[in-house]
Amino acid sequence: MITAPTDVTFRIRRFDPLTRPQPAWEEHTIPYAPGMTVLDGLRLIKETRQPALAWRSSCRMGVCGSCGMFINGQPRLACNTQITQLDGLPVVVAPLPNFAIIRDLVPDLRPMFDAHVALHPYLIRDDTAEMAEPTGEYYQSPEELEHFLQFTYCIKCGCCMAACPTYATDAAYSGPMPLTQAHRYNADSRDGGFAERKAVLAGEQGPWKCHYAGECSRACPKGVDPARAIQLMKRQLVFAYLRLYAQPCPSKVLPKPTEMKRRPDVPEAPAPTIGT
Amino acid sequence: MLETNGHPNRLGLVGWLGGGRWGAERYLYTLHRLTGLGLLAYFLLHIVVTSSRALGPAAWQAAMGRVSGPIFVAGEFLVFVAFAFHGLNGIRLVLVELGWAIGKPIEPVYPYRTSVDEQRPLAIAVMVLAGLLIVAGGLDFFVLH
Amino acid sequence: MRDQALWTWHVLAGLVIAVLLGLHMTIMHLDVIVGVFNPADPHPIEWGNVVARARQGFFLVSYVVLLGAALFHGLYGLRNILFELGLGTGAKKGVSALLTVGGVALFVFGAWAAWAASALARAL
Repeated sequence: MITAPTDVTFRIRRFDPLTRPQPAWEEHTIPYAPGMTVLDGLRLIKETRQPALAWRSSCRMGVCGSCGMFINGQPRLACNTQITQLDGLPVVVAPLPNFAIIRDLVPDLRPMFDAHVALHPYLIRDDTAEMAEPTGEYYQSPEELEHFLQFTYCIKCGCCMAACPTYATDAAYSGPMPLTQAHRYNADSRDGGFAERKAVLAGEQGPWKCHYAGECSRACPKGVDPARAIQLMKRQLVFAYLRLYAQPCPSKVLPKPTEMKRRPDVPEAPAPTIGT
Repeated sequence: MLETNGHPNRLGLVGWLGGGRWGAERYLYTLHRLTGLGLLAYFLLHIVVTSSRALGPAAWQAAMGRVSGPIFVAGEFLVFVAFAFHGLNGIRLVLVELGWAIGKPIEPVYPYRTSVDEQRPLAIAVMVLAGLLIVAGGLDFFVLH
Repeated sequence: MRDQALWTWHVLAGLVIAVLLGLHMTIMHLDVIVGVFNPADPHPIEWGNVVARARQGFFLVSYVVLLGAALFHGLYGLRNILFELGLGTGAKKGVSALLTVGGVALFVFGAWAAWAASALARAL
């Protein structure tokens, strides 16, 4: 934590394949305003000093996952990082590591999304007709939801991938985000696709190159804890290999109740006032 | 995998070594690799050296004589240290990586308490035990013999 | 073997090593503190102690099991480290083959040495 300064210097890693083919640092000093985030600073720099500066951002409130950057040595969301919460100045901003740089602070996240798609991150069930034209809801208790709810909060920002030591050297590793999302579906009681995902996860695309450095969980801005998901996935896969685990049947459709009786203490709805 | 043509930006081996502000578990991971390589290198030589016992007492004394100098004794103590760390950290990793020591999935509420925080007491206990084992081994190596 | 199988055996081998290597380290390097091993001589590596151990079937079996488990565990670990440095498919196959052949060769050699030492000790 630092005390609020009057001016802030930003040290930004610039790269342009046409005009600046070797990445280099560029410094800009801007006046500090209370509550300024790194993203606010970048916008001020672009508006007043360096119009060519490029980055990704959208919601500016930590839910879209666009602004993942390497800020003062840690992968963070620029919109979620107050300048006063950093360890020291200047604010050093670089693009997210372990991804190729397209331009300035814009990483190429396509390999992460390719790995994500390869692990089938969607509900897989036999009843395709029901999934296309639902007649009721799939039953799920609150306890069953707890098994995977934490992993649904992922915003696909890529900070975990930047923090992972294995992903730093091995481009073939799936990475924390794809594996966590695969486990999110494996642990979902509505899903029946464990066998299909297991066929992929048993090989090189599985969690076997994770050695629990835990950096992904430390870097995650939404508390998704990918390290936990990956170890739970290893547990499931090892026990399946040793024939000690069989996936339970996916949850059934809860049919709509046919007889609906109003409880005596619940009043009737008022008559509609619009439409005919 | 889609090939990208942007500027390469992987951290490489620096990513294994950490950047100075990474967590303790990342250093334990790197140390686990280093001690593993050290133990493997020693082990491969150890198989060859100790095989001399199949050829009788003279071959055995000769082999033991070759590896009895002070540098070898110091080296063997380092192997013991590596074993103490690697073995106890390995037990921690078995408990963590098979899902026992990391806690159940929770609703994330800021400030987040992750599985890394949950297993931290185990990591500390394992390091203390490794330290005790190393002290005991040191006594045996240098004081009692 | 696929990675799922290899990793599972890596962990199981690790547990076996924790027990057997722990015992080996206790005999070799904690013997004065523990005080029950090495009856023939204060030094665990004196010939008398070596023969005393080689005579017992327990040690023959546990040495061979430890040898196999440690070779598999260590060489799989080395394979992991090498693969994670980003090798191509051909290099991966080559490294796997080399480590497998080397590992099997060392296992056969070490197991022979353990058996031959046992036979020699029983003859003495």
